[in-house]
Amino acid sequence: MKVVIDTGNYIAARAAMMAKPKVVAAYPITPQTTIVEGIAKYVENDELDAEYICVESEHSAMSACIGAAATGVRTFTATSSHGLLLMHEMLHWAALARLPIVMCNVNRAIGPGWNIWCDENDSIAQRDTGWLQFYCSSNQEVFDTVIQAYKIVENEKVLLPAMINLGGFILSHTSLPVRIPEQKEVDEFLPPYEPKWRLDVNHPITHGNIIFPDDYYKIRYNMQLAQDNSRKIIKEVAREWREKFGTYHGDLVEEYRCDDAELVILAMGAIGAEAKVAVDKIRKNGLKVGLLRIRAFRPFPEEEIIGMAKKCNKLLVIDRNISVGNEGALAGETRACLKDRVEDANVYGFIAGLGGKDVTYIDIEKMCKMVIDGKAGRVEWYGLG
Amino acid sequence: MKKYNVKTGISYPKIGAMGKTGTWRIFKPILDKNKCIKCLRCWVFCPESAIKRRNDSVEIDYDYCKGCGVCANVCPVKAIVMAKEER
Amino acid sequence: MAIKDFPIEEYVLPGNAACPGCPSTMGLRTVLKALGKKTILTIPACCTAVIQSWYPYTSFNVPTLNIAFEAAASAASGIAAALKKLGEEDINVVVWAGDGGTYDIGLQALSGAIERQTNFLYICYNNQIYSNTGIQRSGATPYAAWTTTTVKGKKEFRKDIGEIIIAHHVPYAATACVSYPEDLYNKVKKTMGIRGPKYIEILAPCPPGWRFSMDKTVEMGKLAVETGAWILYEYENGKLSFNGISKSIAEGKYKPKPVEDWLKLQGRFSHLFKPEKDIVRINAIKDHIRDTWEHYKKLASL
Repeated sequence: MKVVIDTGNYIAARAAMMAKPKVVAAYPITPQTTIVEGIAKYVENDELDAEYICVESEHSAMSACIGAAATGVRTFTATSSHGLLLMHEMLHWAALARLPIVMCNVNRAIGPGWNIWCDENDSIAQRDTGWLQFYCSSNQEVFDTVIQAYKIVENEKVLLPAMINLGGFILSHTSLPVRIPEQKEVDEFLPPYEPKWRLDVNHPITHGNIIFPDDYYKIRYNMQLAQDNSRKIIKEVAREWREKFGTYHGDLVEEYRCDDAELVILAMGAIGAEAKVAVDKIRKNGLKVGLLRIRAFRPFPEEEIIGMAKKCNKLLVIDRNISVGNEGALAGETRACLKDRVEDANVYGFIAGLGGKDVTYIDIEKMCKMVIDGKAGRVEWYGLG
Repeated sequence: MKKYNVKTGISYPKIGAMGKTGTWRIFKPILDKNKCIKCLRCWVFCPESAIKRRNDSVEIDYDYCKGCGVCANVCPVKAIVMAKEER
Repeated sequence: MAIKDFPIEEYVLPGNAACPGCPSTMGLRTVLKALGKKTILTIPACCTAVIQSWYPYTSFNVPTLNIAFEAAASAASGIAAALKKLGEEDINVVVWAGDGGTYDIGLQALSGAIERQTNFLYICYNNQIYSNTGIQRSGATPYAAWTTTTVKGKKEFRKDIGEIIIAHHVPYAATACVSYPEDLYNKVKKTMGIRGPKYIEILAPCPPGWRFSMDKTVEMGKLAVETGAWILYEYENGKLSFNGISKSIAEGKYKPKPVEDWLKLQGRFSHLFKPEKDIVRINAIKDHIRDTWEHYKKLASL
C-alpha cells in the first residue's frame, strides 16, 4: 500500500491498468483525455499488457470493446459528454449482449454552446441502457470503484457493463491523495477474466441474430434480474474491499450522520462530497441534517431510500441534471419509489450546478435553510440569479 | 455442442433452422444423372447449400431446396430441369 | 482453384432464411469454403442478419457476431485485438457487410479500421441497394436505377468505393462477382496470407431488388462483367491488375456486350426502355462505364 497524489483521471487510468484489461479502445474528449493518455502510456511502457486501439470515434470505441469482450477478454474504455452520447446505441448493445465492459465517464455538459464543465446530463441520458452506474465523490472512490466494478460485473449473476462517473474537472483534474494497494493484492481481489460466453471457433455460435418477441421479452427480463442481483454483489464487493484494503465509500449509498436527522440530503458525485461539509457546518448550528449519498444510480437504491424516508420524511434532492419537461432525474426517481410506500415523505428537488456552475457547501447550506424555513417548493432551480 | 447459460441472444447452428424450406418451392429441379457431366456448377452456385456433393456426383436435398432454379440455369448440359411442384 | 477442388464443408447450412436465388448466401458459401472453420464473422445490419435464421438457431456454422449497422469494422478491430492477446492470431477476422453498411453508414468505421491496420478481411457484398429494408437507394446504387426512394431512377452515379479503399494504401483490395466462384475463392485465399486490412467487394445481383427472375442471379452477374458495368480487379502491393473477362476487355481481346443486354433484363431499369427508349440516360450510363474503364486502365498502368 502506498499513497499517491494525483488527478481523478490519472487515478482512473491507474485503476484500469491494475485491473489488467487486455483491450482498451478509446477516443479522446475533454475532460476525459488524460485517462486515455495515461492508459496509452502504460501500454507503451509495457506496464499494461494490453492492445490499445486508437479508434476514430466513441461509437467505434464501444463497438471495439464489444468485439473484444465477445472474443473473451477484459476491456476498458473512457469517455465524456458528446462521446458518451455518440456511444448510446452501442451501450444498449453491450448490455443486451451481457458483456461486462467497464468504462469511466467524466461528467460534462452537452452543447450547444460548447461547455466542458461538470454536468450529469450525459450519463443520466444513458440510464435506460442497462449499464450499472456509479457516481464518485473522491479520487479514492474512483480508484476503488473501477476495480470493484470489474468484480461486480464479471459475476455471473450480473454480467452487465458498468459506468463509473466522475465529475469533469472537479475530480478529473484535481489532485487528491489516494491509497494504492500492491498489484499482488489487487490480483488476489480480482481474479483473471473468465468469459461466460465467447466467439469460439471450436464451438461456433451466432450472437444477436433475429429474435422474436417472446424470447426478446425474456432477455430484457433477465437484464432486470441482473440489475436486481447486482445490489447484493455491490454490497459484498464493497465489504470485501474494506476488509482487504481499508477504504470504504458505502455500497449503493453512503449514509452520513443520518441517524437522528430531521432533514436528509440526497446527492450524487462530487456534490455528495460538498454536502458532507455542509452537513457538518449545519449541525454546528444545532440543525439535524444528514446525507444519503447515492453511489449507484443503476441499480437504483430503492430500498435504501425508502428506509431513509421512513426514518426521516424530509428529503432534499440535489440534481446536477435536468430531464427537461419534468425535473431532476434523482428527485423524480426518488418520488416515484416513495409513492404509496412512504405516505408522509416530502421530496424537495433542487436543480443545481448545470454546465459546471459551482455548488459549494455554502450553497447546500442555503438549500437546507430554504427547506427548513418552508420556502422550498417541489422543484427549485437554485442560483438562477 | 457447448451451451452457454448467459441469457442473451446466443443461437446454435442447426440444419433447417428455418424448418423444411423445401416447402417454399413452386418449381422443383429434376436432375438427369445420365446427362450430368459432373462439373459441379450446380453445387457451387446453389444459394441454399441444398445440392449435396457425393464425390464427383451431386444430389438435390429436397427438404431444403427452395426451387430458385439457379442450378438448372447454370447447368451447361441441361441435366437439371425445373418442373412444377406437385404436392 | 477449380470448383472440384473446393472443400466439401458447408458453413452456410441449408434451411436458412435467405430468399430463393440469394446472391449473399451464394457468395458467402464460397467465401467460407476458402476461409475454413477458423473464422470469426461479424455482420452489421443487412440481409445476412436475417439470412442467419432466428434465435435460438443459426444457419451459420462459424462464430458470428451481429453488430450495429455502422459498427462492423470497429467490432472487427476489437475481435482482432482480443485474438492477438489470446495468442489466436491464426483465426480469420472477417466482416461480411452489405453496400449500405459499407459505402454509407459504415464508411467511417471502415476507414478507421483500415487506417489503424486492423488485421482483418472486410467483404462487402454489394447488391447496390438497401435490400433488407425493402430496396432503397444507397451510395452504391447505379445511375438511373429504380429503387423505392428513387422512383424515377437514381439521379447520381454510384460512389467509387474501391478507390477510397485503395487511397488508404491497403495491402490488398479486390472486386469479385458471385458468378465467378473460382476467382472469388482464389482472392479470399490470397488474403489469408496477407497481414493487415484486406478488402473484397462482391457484386451480388439481388432478384427482388433488381427485379429479375430468381433463377438468373448468376447470369445477371456475368452480364454485369461482360458488359463492363462491373470490373474485376485486384490491387496488390500498390499495383492494380484486371482479372477474368475484365482482363480480356482491358487487353482488347474481348468486346464488351452492349450494356442494354444487362439493363433490359432488370425491372429496375425498365423505365429506360418503355414507353420509349431513354437514349439520354442510357448514353449517360455508357459514358460512365467508358470513363470508369479509362480511369481504371490509367490506375493499372501506374
